[in-house]
Amino acid sequence: MSFDLISGVVKPLITGFGITAKRLARKKVTVQYPEKRREQYDRTRWRHALVRHDDGLEKCIGCSLCAGACPAKCIYVEAEDNTDENRFSPGERYAVRYEINMIRCIFCGLCQEACPTGAIVLKKDFELANYKREQFIYTKKMLLESKRPE
Amino acid sequence: MPKRIETVVMHDSTTPVIGSTQKAGNIILTSMDALINQVQANSLWPLTFGLACCAIEMMSTAASRFDISRFGSEAFRATPRQADVMIIAGRVSKKMAPALRQIYDQMPEPKWVISMGACASSGGVYNNYAIVQGADQIVPVDVYVPGCPPSPEALIFGILKLQEKIKRRKYNKVLELKPRTQEDISVESAITREGALNEF
Ligand code: SF4
Ligand code: SF4
Ligand code: SF4
Repeated sequence: MSFDLISGVVKPLITGFGITAKRLARKKVTVQYPEKRREQYDRTRWRHALVRHDDGLEKCIGCSLCAGACPAKCIYVEAEDNTDENRFSPGERYAVRYEINMIRCIFCGLCQEACPTGAIVLKKDFELANYKREQFIYTKKMLLESKRPE
Repeated sequence: MPKRIETVVMHDSTTPVIGSTQKAGNIILTSMDALINQVQANSLWPLTFGLACCAIEMMSTAASRFDISRFGSEAFRATPRQADVMIIAGRVSKKMAPALRQIYDQMPEPKWVISMGACASSGGVYNNYAIVQGADQIVPVDVYVPGCPPSPEALIFGILKLQEKIKRRKYNKVLELKPRTQEDISVESAITREGALNEF
């Protein structure tokens, strides 16, 4: 049996590298993640934020509807009455404690849908991985947006 | 007076490590630390442990759009003997728990565990009789990645976190490859001592 150098070696090599060469000219699809980020889709849901009214008061009125709607039961809300000297939200009450267990949360967005004042919003920050389970209890301090500078 | 020499530190593209000055007597060991850490951190071969829907995102992370091979983790191994990091992707049912632990035990040291997704990390929405409420009840977990499922970028962020952790390691003794924390030991001894796995 004779070995044909042209059809046995050279031709397959050219065909193979030809495909590689053609691909080189195409647009690169890889998202170069840590250096560059892709644009997230509109409905992407990640880390929560408690937002404020334009005048700096918190939107959250401590009604616990989000905690009731949450399928993972990972929200804990403790409400307290507002007083005139100490006013946190425009309503009657505000949340003294607001905690989300991020490791149990499935980012379904039902809390956002249930909230009557639009206080809890799922933003697009996905870099949440961490080393310890305790680090995933996000307190009100971590979730609440800072006041806008006057 | 001890001579001060710049430590040899290797660089990779993602996380630059800044060299530190060390006493000359330490130079061999400290550079070995840095070298071993760099080598181990940048060739983490994952064990395919797809248990549920999260596994789909893990596969997507390995494909060309997100390309986990940029971090040296493209070689998904089907055998624990060749793997460095176990990515638990999906909910761990109580029937799966003994198998998971056995496979973890079969992995050679040093080994790490990434718990991917809400279910593997804590049970997620499945707070019921069938699902283990967090893989850390069975194996020591190094990095938790929240999400349902975590997007490929979130998993890559978890892998980068693990690489950071590996690069920070210091060897007290030359041959002690994975310094275990007291917490790891207590978790493991609790499992073996009380035979916790038998009840699953
Ligand atoms: S996104 Fe879903 S799981 Fe997460 S806190 Fe809101 S309701 Fe609960
Ligand atoms: S976030 Fe919304 S639903 Fe939840 S307690 Fe506050 S106001 Fe009520
Ligand atoms: S975290 Fe979500 S995607 Fe992952 S296994 Fe659980 S239910 Fe499936």
